[in-house]
This record gives sequence, structure tokens and C-alpha cells, in this order.
Amino acid sequence: MNTAVGKSVRRKEAWDKVTGRAKYTDDFPIAGVLSARLLTSAHAHARIRGIDISGALALEGVKAVLTGADCPELFGPLTRDRPALARDVARYAGEPVALAVAQDDYTAERAVRLIRVEYEPLPISLTPSQSLARGAPLIHAQVNGYRKNAPDIHPEPGTNIAGRYRIRKGDSGNALRRCNTVVRQRFFLPPSDHMAMEVRTARAEISSGGDVIITTSSQSPYSVRNELSEAFLIPAGKIQVRVPFVGGGFGGKASVMPEILAFLASRRVGGKPVRLTMPREQDMAAAPGRIGLEADITLGASKDGLIHAAELTYWLDCGAYTDISPYMTKAIAVDCTGPYHVENLSCDALCVYTNHTYATSYRSFAHESYTYCIERTLDMLADRCALDPLELRIRNAIRPGSLTPTQVECTAALTGNLTECLNRVRQLSQWNGGIATPIKKDTVRAMGVSCFWKTENPPTDAISGALVTCNPDGSVNLHTGVVEMGDAGQTHLAQMFAEKLKIDTDKVHVVMPVDTRTAPEHWKTVASLTEYMAGHAVVRAADDMLCQLRAIGSQALGCPAEEIEVAHGRLYSIKNPERFIALKDIVRGYKSATGESIGEPVLGRGGYMLKGLVMLDPETGEGRTGPQWTLGAQVVEVEADRKTCTYRILSASTVIDIGALLNPESMRSMLAGGMAMGISMASREAFSYDAGGIPRLPNLRTYKIMHIGQEPDYRVDFVETPDCASPYGVRSYAEHGIIGMPAALGNALSSAFGRQLNTLPLTPETIWRTRAEDVHDTL
Amino acid sequence: MVRYEGMVVISLHVNGENREVAVRPADLLLTVLREQLGLTAAKPGCLNGDCGACTVIVDGWPVKSCLMLAVEAEGHTILTVEGLGGTAAVHRAFVDANAFQCGYCTPGFLMVCHALMTRHPAMPGESVVEEWLASNLCRCTSYQEIRSAVERMYAP
Repeated sequence: MNTAVGKSVRRKEAWDKVTGRAKYTDDFPIAGVLSARLLTSAHAHARIRGIDISGALALEGVKAVLTGADCPELFGPLTRDRPALARDVARYAGEPVALAVAQDDYTAERAVRLIRVEYEPLPISLTPSQSLARGAPLIHAQVNGYRKNAPDIHPEPGTNIAGRYRIRKGDSGNALRRCNTVVRQRFFLPPSDHMAMEVRTARAEISSGGDVIITTSSQSPYSVRNELSEAFLIPAGKIQVRVPFVGGGFGGKASVMPEILAFLASRRVGGKPVRLTMPREQDMAAAPGRIGLEADITLGASKDGLIHAAELTYWLDCGAYTDISPYMTKAIAVDCTGPYHVENLSCDALCVYTNHTYATSYRSFAHESYTYCIERTLDMLADRCALDPLELRIRNAIRPGSLTPTQVECTAALTGNLTECLNRVRQLSQWNGGIATPIKKDTVRAMGVSCFWKTENPPTDAISGALVTCNPDGSVNLHTGVVEMGDAGQTHLAQMFAEKLKIDTDKVHVVMPVDTRTAPEHWKTVASLTEYMAGHAVVRAADDMLCQLRAIGSQALGCPAEEIEVAHGRLYSIKNPERFIALKDIVRGYKSATGESIGEPVLGRGGYMLKGLVMLDPETGEGRTGPQWTLGAQVVEVEADRKTCTYRILSASTVIDIGALLNPESMRSMLAGGMAMGISMASREAFSYDAGGIPRLPNLRTYKIMHIGQEPDYRVDFVETPDCASPYGVRSYAEHGIIGMPAALGNALSSAFGRQLNTLPLTPETIWRTRAEDVHDTL
Repeated sequence: MVRYEGMVVISLHVNGENREVAVRPADLLLTVLREQLGLTAAKPGCLNGDCGACTVIVDGWPVKSCLMLAVEAEGHTILTVEGLGGTAAVHRAFVDANAFQCGYCTPGFLMVCHALMTRHPAMPGESVVEEWLASNLCRCTSYQEIRSAVERMYAP
């Protein structure tokens, strides 16, 4: 019986979101809440010679002004290299330097303007190449002097290298020499921003009993608890983190940042509630953004287009602090070739400090960036071999028996079916063979294809959990630590639970806001792992509940527990379905007709911990880092004006092997949303820095994201090769729409303009510059 | 032109009621709606008029409430999502079209769409819809869903 899984169940919070009742962090009353505002660094790299806060403190209504001297602790999920407020040195323009706490927003804002900072500018480095060059300024003098939270991170002393991961498989050097077609390309992808519509915001207070209470817009409430606990030596149980609805995260709110500042502010004013909301400009420049990436890609193939060797170097621009970037570097290494069978492989992925705003996870954990480099190079290979780019990908597609870069053996269940995705996207996009077609003078239509794959890189011991309580009407309340930020994860979990109990999804109430004291810990709402990790926990909680129901039912009905079935809100013996007990009469223990009490209240518990994951071998990179892979193929079609270098995106198609289609409508729209984000990022988004490394006008007026009227026709289709190790066979999917979009767009435009476009974003200006360099064109 | 100084008490006509509020002349309509009247559907996405998450309807037209002072709104009719009461066609259209994910930009889009239908009782052409909706940004959906919601709003 299929009650819930596979249906387009409407997201649980839908009506709250369309009537304005859904509450986000800043939607709670602020009477009595102090306001904190940041002063940020005006320089990309500068010694702080002195800070004068006297003017700010003298302002009426100002409660406190904090500087780096007030907070010696360092932060970071992997390497603790980041101060809450810059101490001695500011390493990026926008870095928090001082924090004013006042009775209201505008007083705090005025106070910030009265703080005087004396800077001594230092030499800057704005790209990995600059940071690795001889004589580059050292952004951290003692890269190895920081405390590390993970054993597989190795900063290299005397350099700007914050971490390095190596993959060695076969003998790439020898194999490359034997290849008769070798292509080599350099890529440069600049940093950009998540741009969740809700800016980062957090509220902190400390109770008289010393309990720290944080309300925040975060994807990682348990990390907020853990990082505060570790840094400030507060027992974790004394910290309570609450997360209401989150107005978009995209990875950017997985990093712990405003919470630390709000806590410091509250501690300074005797634990009074303080709110720190980052204005959009600071949300962009001060809070972490997307990585930049430079890459050098060499692929060697035989004339038939079969790839035999790859030598890949990726330099990740992590900005001034590492945050989670070393693991994004690792994630690039783990999936470095894209979903292709490459026997001889050498890959070095380096995490490099620069004076950019530091980076953190961004939808797909760096996969959108390295995929651009690989997939663009594949198109050049196809061109060299005179092959249809889509055909080239089918020839090289990873198959059962292939080894991934980290030498995990692929099976249909583990990795899925790429060939089927490619064949289906050929139909879905009405693939043109990869040949640009003239439409009229100067106008061509062109298509580009890209594949993608992604495994996850969680800690090897990441956990999740589910608790289920029951109501007198037979409905249940599902508590998990999963944050609702738009991905409908909790709705999908409710579907899984409903399926197990064979009840209507409406009978499963989800507890949307997360409270670390009442919801079982869920590692983080990241990596698209909600359905996998929390899904396992929910299924176990359902099994636990069924077990208890059968035990009570067996006593109440006088039949063996094995004969008991639960369905349609009833519990009955399969031998005599006419004799049943309604769930509502048994979930709180059963009372027989004679008044005898049987059993006890039913409580479902499910705990889950990832198993079988390892750290990579430091020399060869061998090892499995994630529980599953998801792969797929994408196509973008453009109409381009060769004279003006402008273009319009006509259609974008995705076929993904999703394992099992849990909720067709929500999954389709998540994928389309990811595609939109990828197209927006690739076609127009990047920070613009001046020569001093200061971002020019970081706001939505100049940093344009896509608006309605610019979007192509989105097409999404699914292949379903179940992952037997996943609840109901479903694969991670929530990030994945984005991954191949920049590459497919880049390939379409490279085809349309007949130029190799190896830089993002793909604005008319970037395209014109590529042409100008080639043909000495002028305006 | 009225000159305001210090705190002033003004009367705002919001969602069919007159509400008296004490404001500073510099207070934004958005801030007063959210922090004094508890009408938190309108959201502060950029406070610069770029994202549209704060859109409310003033005298029948969509207005970015971060670009309007509260004192400027005196004497005008203000409508927020809360004032639609959950019964307008636009709510169901957005739910049925799955036209939101995180929901943060949604109240703003709802108000633009509701005003669109008030000004254009019959479904206008594509270019008009785009002109109206390009004022607002959504980072989660593909916009296809929001277009579909507009169609459903006109043909429920």
C-alpha cells in the first residue's frame, strides 16, 4: 500500500507562508531587546594600530562597544583561525572590527559611525595565484599555530596554503604520454554570494542561571551550540539554540558567525537580550560567501574520445579564513573528474588564503565550480575528437565496476545510471548534436551539455535523530533537528513516517522550529542529507513505534504480536481484521472494556549515525567519504548575438537519477530552483573588487541576481535507480540542480561564440574580452 | 508640506483599521508595520528598494515599504498580507503552484500579484506580468512556479 511516499504532498507549512504567519528570526517582538551593529574593516589587509571608542561610548543609549581586545577566542569549524572581531590585523574588507550595542538600531548605527580606527595598510593578495607567488604577503603568519578540530587538515607553514588533498590512481604521467589527444585549459572563477533573501541575524541572551539562549537564522543549530561551548568553555547543555523558519540558506547559514557576535554582546551587557542583524551590505561583505576557484585541467584521450588520463590541479580561494573550505577542497578532490571513468588520475586540490571575504559552503559544496572546469575541458576534447559532446560523455560515463577517484567501486545502487540520464536529457532538451545553428545575421542558437555527480563529505560520525509523540486523535508529532529553509525536508520526513505507519501525511504533525534542547540532534541541515540521515532516523522511530503498538495490541486483542497489522489508523490481527482498535485508543496505552489498563504511552525513538566512512589516504586519496552519490545530466540552450556578445537563455534541462521520487512536485521545484541559481550565478554574479581589494557597493542594486522575465524554460525529468542503503531508495538531490548549470551555459556560449570561455561570470563583457584578446577587436 | 519633529503620533490606516503609532520622522513604514504593529509579513530583505520582500499595497499600488517613511503613509490606505485574511485568490494560487520554498520573499510577491489583479481584473499579457513582478527577487524558486501562480490566480 502506498499512502504517502511518491505523492506530491504539499509542504506542511504552505499556508503559514502564504498568509504571513510563518515566523522568521527577526519576526518576534523586540521590545526590551538591545541592538548590536558592526563596524567592518575598510581595508582588505591592514594592521589595526588603534581603535578609539570613546565617542561611541559617550552617545546616549549606547550600552557597550566591543573590539577584538574583548574576545581572545578563535573560531572555525576545522581550523580555529578566525577572531570574532579582528585583533591586530584585519584580513579582508568587511571583516568585523568593532561591535556597538545600544538601545535601538539607529543609536547602534550612530555609535558605529563614531568609532575611529587607525589602520596601517598591508600588501594584499586577491587570487590563489597571487597568494602562491614568491614574495606574496602571508595572510596568516603562523598557519600551523591554530588549533584544529580535524586531523586531516594540514596547513603548510610559511605559505598561504591552508590545506591540500591528493588523489593518485594509476599512472597519469605515462598514460598521458601515450594519449594522441591531449587538452589542457586554465580556469578562473571568482567568488560570489549566496544571497539568501533573509540576511543573517541572531539574538542572544543569558538567563540568571547562566543558560545561554540563542535564536538564529541558521542551518546548524547544533554547531552553534557546540562551537560556543568549545570556544567559551560553557557546558553544551547550558546552551539552547532555537531556529524558527529560515529565509534561505544555500550553505551560507551553516557557518557560525552572527551567533558568536550576539553572544559576546549579550555577555557584555549582563546577559540582556541583544539582536545582531547584518544589513544586506554586511551580509555580503562581512559574512562568508562562495569560494573562488582557479584550475589547471589536462585530459588525455584516444581518438575515439575515451579518456585515459587526467592531471588536475585546483586552487580554491577560501578568502581570509578557512571556515569549512578545507573540506570543500577535499570534496573537489573526491569527485574531481566528474562522473567519468578515468583510470589514470592525478589531482591536487589546494585551499589557499587570500584577502577576500572568507568562504563557506555554498549549494553543492564547490561542485558547481570544479564541474565548470572539467565539463568545459570535455567539450574541447569532443571538438578535438570531432565527436558530439553528449556522445563523448556517454562513452566515458561511469558505470558499475568503475572506480571513483578515491577508488570506491561504483554500483548501480551506489552511484546510479548516468547513461540513462544522458539519453533522457537528449530527448528532453531536443539536443542538437552540439553544433551552433545560425538563425539570422549575427544570431546563432547553441546548446551545451554538462554532467554532474556528488557524494557528501560529512564527518564520519555525523548523527541524526527523530522523536515521535502521540496525540489523543491518533495523530503524531514528529520532532527532528532538521531546519526548514525551503527544501521541504520535514514534509518529506513526514511522508516517510506516514508511509511506515500507513496513515495519512496529514496525521503527521511536524515540529518546524528547531530547539536544541527538545529536538534530537541532527548534524546540520546541509549536504542534501536530510532525506538520507534524518530519513533513517524517522524510519527507525516508526519501527520503534510499531513494535510498541504490536506489543500492546497483542495483549489487548489476545493474539501474537507478529499477527498485528497497523494501517488506516487502526490496529488489528491479520487473521481477523474485523476486530480492531483505533490508533487513537491505543497510542496513550490501552484501556479495555472492563477498565483494565494495558501497556503504556507509545513514544517513537530513532537514532542514526553514519557508518563506514573514512578519512582519505593522505598519499593516494583512497577512501569513501560519503554515504551515496547522485548524478545527472543537464543541457542549456541559448540564442546569442555574436556582434554584441549578448544572449538569451532559452531552455535549461536536467535529468537526475534521484533514486526514488519521494515527492514529485517539491523535488521538481527544488531542482528547478537550483538550476535558476546556477544560471544566475554563472551569467551575472561576482563580487566586483577595486584595486585595493574592497568590494564595490555590495548590495542588490549592483550585484544583480536573476529576476522574473530573464528565466529560461526549465525542464526536469527523473531516472529512478534506487539506493538500497537509503530510506525508500531516495538519493540526495536538494542542491544538485545547480551543479552542471554554469558548465552547460559555458559550453553553450563557447559553442555560440566560437571561443573558449573559461572565466565566470559569463557577462557580455567577459565574452567580448575573450573575443577582443583573440581578434584584437575594439568597441 | 508637513514638518515633523521629535516623536510624533500619526494614524495609519492599515488592513481596514486606524492604528495610532508614535514614530520618529525617519522611521520607515516597514519598521513601524513590523515592530510597532506586529505585522511581520513584510520583510527587510535589503532596506534599499532592490528586493521587494517588504512590498505592501498603498492605495491599490504595490509599494516597497522600506522606501516609504511611516509619516508619508498617513492618510493612505495600507494593505499587508495579514490584511488579505487568507481568503484572497493569490494565497491558494501560490500554494497550488508551489510558488515558494523558504517563503521569505513570498509576502512581497503576494502583494504585487494581488495589486496586479486589482489593477488588471483580466489576465494581462506576459510583458505586463513581467513588468510588475520584476520588482521582486526570489532566490529559491525558478520563477516558473510564480508565473504559474499568477495564471492560477486569474483562473482558479
